[in-house]
Amino acid sequence: MSAPELTTIQPLKKELPGAVRRLAWMFLGLGALVMMLAYGMDAQRSAYNNIILFLFLASIGGGSIFLVAIEYIGGAVWSVPIRRVTEFLGGITPVVPVVAVPLLLNLHDVFHWTHPEAVQADPVLAGKSPYLNVSFFVFRFLAIFALWSLFYLFFFRNSTRQDLSRNQRLTTRNIRLAAIFLPVFAVTLTLTAVDWAMSLEPHWYSTIFGVYYFSGTVLAAVAATTYVVVKFQEKGFLPNLARDHLYSLGALLFAFVNFWAYIAFSQFLLIWYANLPEETYWFMARWQGGWEYFSVLLIVVHFAVPYFALLAQDAKMNPRRLKLMALWILAAHMLDLYWLVMPNYSETFVFGWMEIGYPFLAAGMIMILLSYMLRRYNVVPVGDPKLQRGLEFRL
Amino acid sequence: MKRQDTPYGITALFESPDQIIHAAEEVVRKGFTRFDVNTPYPVHGMDGAMKLKPSRVGFFALAFGLLGAISSVGFMTWVTLVDYPLVIGGKPCWSWPAFVPVAFEITVLLASVLSVLSMIVVYFKFPNVSHPLHDTDYMKRVSSDRFGICIQADDPHFDEAQVRQLLKGVGGEEIRPVFFEEEEPAGAPKLFDPRFLGVLLLTAVATAGITYFSFNVVLYWEPFSWMSEQARLNAQEPSSLFPNGVGMRPPVKGTVARGFVPYAFAGRPEDAGKYLRNPLLPTEDVVQRGRKRYLTFCSPCHGNFGQGNSRLQGQFPNPPTLHSDKVRDWPDGNVYHVITEGQNVMPGYGSQISREDRWAIIHYIRVLQRAHNAKESDLK
Repeated sequence: MSAPELTTIQPLKKELPGAVRRLAWMFLGLGALVMMLAYGMDAQRSAYNNIILFLFLASIGGGSIFLVAIEYIGGAVWSVPIRRVTEFLGGITPVVPVVAVPLLLNLHDVFHWTHPEAVQADPVLAGKSPYLNVSFFVFRFLAIFALWSLFYLFFFRNSTRQDLSRNQRLTTRNIRLAAIFLPVFAVTLTLTAVDWAMSLEPHWYSTIFGVYYFSGTVLAAVAATTYVVVKFQEKGFLPNLARDHLYSLGALLFAFVNFWAYIAFSQFLLIWYANLPEETYWFMARWQGGWEYFSVLLIVVHFAVPYFALLAQDAKMNPRRLKLMALWILAAHMLDLYWLVMPNYSETFVFGWMEIGYPFLAAGMIMILLSYMLRRYNVVPVGDPKLQRGLEFRL
Repeated sequence: MKRQDTPYGITALFESPDQIIHAAEEVVRKGFTRFDVNTPYPVHGMDGAMKLKPSRVGFFALAFGLLGAISSVGFMTWVTLVDYPLVIGGKPCWSWPAFVPVAFEITVLLASVLSVLSMIVVYFKFPNVSHPLHDTDYMKRVSSDRFGICIQADDPHFDEAQVRQLLKGVGGEEIRPVFFEEEEPAGAPKLFDPRFLGVLLLTAVATAGITYFSFNVVLYWEPFSWMSEQARLNAQEPSSLFPNGVGMRPPVKGTVARGFVPYAFAGRPEDAGKYLRNPLLPTEDVVQRGRKRYLTFCSPCHGNFGQGNSRLQGQFPNPPTLHSDKVRDWPDGNVYHVITEGQNVMPGYGSQISREDRWAIIHYIRVLQRAHNAKESDLK
């Protein structure tokens, strides 16, 4: 039952196996190729896919920073040995705006409100134009990602510096940083969701939409962390974690699967109940033309399957089950974003090579990020004053 | 009073959670099955050390949860489909999304409350609250800062000397026997004990009584009276304040209702035709308004197009057509007079249709008349 001593986890910087690194570059190349071809052949459809990719990576990045901040501000002990994995994943945040560059060049294809003549002819859009206009939109996008990246860099620098200096004050500094970051994150994540997903249908509004995206965001970040932690542990990169650590990750996954379902149903229930035409048509678009099967599939994939797969106590501690469900949930989050975005592109259900190709880009980017981070930084925050207690954590 | 003959079991105290886990493992290795561990807080890993089977409370929770889900959905289905079908908000009677929050809450409520209750009854043998370990020094210590183990005497491997030796061997201190209570031998469930049932009944009656009293009496005390008692008179109430005993007062003589203008030509249709002029212009809005009022108030007798062919024909003195030469040649004031005062069996509508609406109706009647007797130029 005794936890490994600190001295046994001294080997620090690791390297992903060559095969994995090659696979990562292949994914990235394949994804980039698909993206270029897609923009060449059908720029509009490609741009919609690009939004899904962008929101997915923003989920992983923003969600990871959120998890790190929550862990600091809550004084979490159990997660200290695996915190660096989440911090690695948060490193995607400064890269995400790059993915959005082709989108910014094709805003007219996806955002109806970017057409001045359409806005002028439409009193609703005209009323919203002080917020929904291209220059303010781009400004918000840049400001949000600048903020997130800045916070991320501060968090990460304090954390990695502690590896050498073992200065406890760096933890205090990160706790303060987290206290500032969390309210900022609440607002900026909502704005991101409203800007990039809700404004695809600029007449429609749902006040819970930001929370809906947030539930998926945190779920995706927890799933990515879980998958990488289990994988790293198999490779021996991380010190021996107890079943209690895995159980905590599994419980978080389970909790956020339920949270997502709760929020998704709340959004649906209120709109269904009020039955106002200006709100219900958004759901109607997802309940016809083949999308209705996809909507049901989303409930099964995003809620029912992970719910039953993670319900049992043993399932939450089983590394193989966790790995499978983490990947499953990441795919489910992709489907969720697909469900949010694509009905705006086509009234009938569409799925093709573009939709298959784009996720490879996300996978490749994250794998390369991990490989880079592993080589440069310690995979365990060895200087964290709570590390030993974290390793000894038992439920 | 404790009996001092056969002991219930032998207890031992330990100082740390690691020691107690080690002790439990050793006790299991020696083949003991009837023993228990008492700790001041839940020690994790203990169920593994004691080789306990997975708890069966989960199955209780599942059963009660299903009971809650099925009964709540079933009840709502029965209410909305069988007992009192009611269309709400234009939705189907059986609107399952509305059931989800209720079914969820009932499921969680029954699953948690009933499984705790059944755990207390099945495992703790409630209402039998006595246990030989109660009120012992051992229990006092394990409730504060020690970890204890108790090997029961009814274990097939039990032998007092050997047990003492075993517990000493794993580091136990204060190894002592525990005896049964003198008057209450533990074990027998007392769920149907008359005393228990009596208390249960008393509790039920008291709860029901207090609930009834609270909702029907206390709620109407000051200051919770919900403002239902006020120092004012409701309409139609008597009052001793006024000499005639009637609470409602007639308005002061000469009072005129806001916006009321008396009709100047009561009983003088010729003068009405001569002096009254339609104050409204026949704009589209006015005609539409007139149409709406006409369809509401006039069409039941005069028919939708003023032909006097409503469904009342034959059941009632036939209402005249509005397309007769007489009505067509009438000035607006005459029509206004008839609407206001009535004519023959037609009652006056002055109190039901506002002045402006009456004039709007007249415009609409003119539109109908023109449509029925269109001029050549209208058809071009």
